[in-house]
Amino acid sequence: MGVEQKLGNLGIVTTTLEQAVAWSRNYAMWPMLFGLACCAIEMMAAQASDNDMSRFGMELMRPSPRQSDLMIVAGRVSRKMAPVLRRLYDQMPEPKWVIAMGDCASCGGVFNNYAIVQGVDEVVPVDVYVAGCPPRPEALIHGILTLQDKVVKKIKFAEKG
Amino acid sequence: MPDIFEVTVDDLKHLVSERAVTGETMLLNMGPQHPSTHGVLRLLLELDGETVVNCIPDIGFLHTGIEKNMEAKTYQKAEVMTDRLDYLNTVGNNLAYCMAVEKLLDLDVPPRAQAIRVILTELQRIASHLVWLGTAALDVAAMSTFLYCFREREDILDILELVSGQRMMTTYIRPGGLWRDVPVEFEAAVRDFLKMFPKRIDQYEALLTRNPLFLDRTLGIGKISAEEALNLGVTGPLLRAVGVKWDLRKARPYSGYEQYEFEVPTRTEGDVYARYLVRVQEMRESLKIVEQALNKLPMGPVRSNNRKYVPPPRSEIGVSMEALIHHFKLWTEGFNAPKGYVYSAVESPRGELGVYLESDGGPHPYRVHWRTPSFDNLQALPLMAKGHLIADLVAIIGSIDIVLGDIDR
Amino acid sequence: MEEKLQPIVQQLEQAFGVQASEYRGDVTLVIPRERIVEACQKMKDLGFELLSALTAVDYWPEENPRFHVIYQFTSVSQNLRLGFRVPVPGVQPTVPSVAHIYHNANWRERELWDMFGVKAEGHPDLRRILMPADWEGHPLRKDYPLGYEEPQFTFNFDEIDVRKPYAKE
Repeated sequence: MGVEQKLGNLGIVTTTLEQAVAWSRNYAMWPMLFGLACCAIEMMAAQASDNDMSRFGMELMRPSPRQSDLMIVAGRVSRKMAPVLRRLYDQMPEPKWVIAMGDCASCGGVFNNYAIVQGVDEVVPVDVYVAGCPPRPEALIHGILTLQDKVVKKIKFAEKG
Repeated sequence: MPDIFEVTVDDLKHLVSERAVTGETMLLNMGPQHPSTHGVLRLLLELDGETVVNCIPDIGFLHTGIEKNMEAKTYQKAEVMTDRLDYLNTVGNNLAYCMAVEKLLDLDVPPRAQAIRVILTELQRIASHLVWLGTAALDVAAMSTFLYCFREREDILDILELVSGQRMMTTYIRPGGLWRDVPVEFEAAVRDFLKMFPKRIDQYEALLTRNPLFLDRTLGIGKISAEEALNLGVTGPLLRAVGVKWDLRKARPYSGYEQYEFEVPTRTEGDVYARYLVRVQEMRESLKIVEQALNKLPMGPVRSNNRKYVPPPRSEIGVSMEALIHHFKLWTEGFNAPKGYVYSAVESPRGELGVYLESDGGPHPYRVHWRTPSFDNLQALPLMAKGHLIADLVAIIGSIDIVLGDIDR
Repeated sequence: MEEKLQPIVQQLEQAFGVQASEYRGDVTLVIPRERIVEACQKMKDLGFELLSALTAVDYWPEENPRFHVIYQFTSVSQNLRLGFRVPVPGVQPTVPSVAHIYHNANWRERELWDMFGVKAEGHPDLRRILMPADWEGHPLRKDYPLGYEEPQFTFNFDEIDVRKPYAKE
């Protein structure tokens, strides 16, 4: 997807180009401005003064899914919200990544009942799970750094790494 | 994966004007993923150009089934759910629930526990108003206020973390008192905050109160009359911004609020700006309450001595076998509450937060209903938004201070 | 009972032929279903401006009455509180709508329909409010299951992992 399709197979150069593209994607990853519940407040705190997520190239929250690379599912996903969430994910351009922030998004958390999807991985494929109820801003930042590691080291084009 | 359930104009005929059916006005969907809906609120707007003709809120995208889930847990364990209702007012939710349980059990709370409860809920009220101020100002394009507000909010969360170990979901207030006494550093931490914070409120006010850009966006926007507000069940700062002096802390004091002197700020204009002024003034009043409560913080136990419902203190568990067994039984089986039903309410940052609690005599609550303030406050939105521009609608949603966890439960 | 509340309660007791009960300071009257609109109008006239809560309790498997619909009123001007309970049978449960008297009953009665399946007769816009519009059942009824899923631990990880519906790309 993207630059490597235009350039075709460049043999040995491709490896370095891949690295370069991965590196640039890594530090200009735009998360979607999309909060669901309690974790969204901690996500806001992670971007605000004390924690300042922009140190890692993640400050530019895009309200439109078509401009964003990263979906941070911040909070519990209800059965009513799940189809909406999937549609938002489908609207994001490739390559795209998902962080499940908090226990509710990861596995349903304390809400084991009829209304909540037991883990957002039933709706969208998740790359990084961040534990905590809600996770501290530092935990979210650690999750993002983990994702960046994942992107740089294992990136595969045309499919997700 | 089920498809998104979509409705047509025909299904909504009774909600929109006739001009929408002929196509003269436009129907526009706003949300559930929209930066200014403060979560997952969905609005269906009928627009004439950029003017809102009708506004139909669609809620439930964060429905968590908390009321049903609480019925399946014991009284102590159900408390964990209460934090996650209105996630900006976690301590206040704990207080509302514990007060309902205490009313049901006829349980006493020692004065020290009551004073600490007041300090923490008032600090939480300030934190909640700070999030509101930051995001509502962001909605009308004032970015720096957001950064300032979240800076001070961290200080409050540090205090909550100091006493409970968690930043947001503290579950520190328990039926019959508190989880444990506050650590020794608590008083100094709160005093530092009290010293620092009044100047910071002045900073916010310097940024906004007489800022012509802010005034343009807020003065005369989203007006509502006192009669309409009461009829729609609106409570909290929204009701005080239309001139009704109704604050449960003053009107029906609980947890020792009658000992503290504070004003209930009111305005009469009932627009977005009046709500802003009321909330900023409320932060100052909360500081007063915290200071008074801290000055006369009594010594003594922080947990009721009624062993039927309250677990024995840690120090006894180490030496007494009976205490250990008792503690174990309370946390595994729970206690049997007397049969009956109570309604108890506290003043949350958003209004009257009521808990209806019914017991059938067993260890689980038979029915818990949360009367959440945002649910009723949001019902006033269609009335407030009528005739305003979409850009103003964003300011109005911000001024209501909705928390979707509070609405959808 | 608060002193100011006594004449109001007496008046209501006489008008509707019921007996007030008190528990921990909360005063409640059981009002027959047919007269609830009249009673709500009376409350409004008596200066109870706020309808604080409107909800229900399910006493399943009891059938008659299966539900109790609860109304909680607050008077801002007189600083009083009062509650109503309306027994409703389990077969085709309905209550008359009071949304024209207290406007916030609109959403609260929609919630009543959504969560308990108690229909508000004469409601201007009775749709589901919290659950998706195509949802089946009424979650807060006692015969509706909680929907518990078995948590995944180390000992049963593989077993559950096989049947967990992971999302595709």
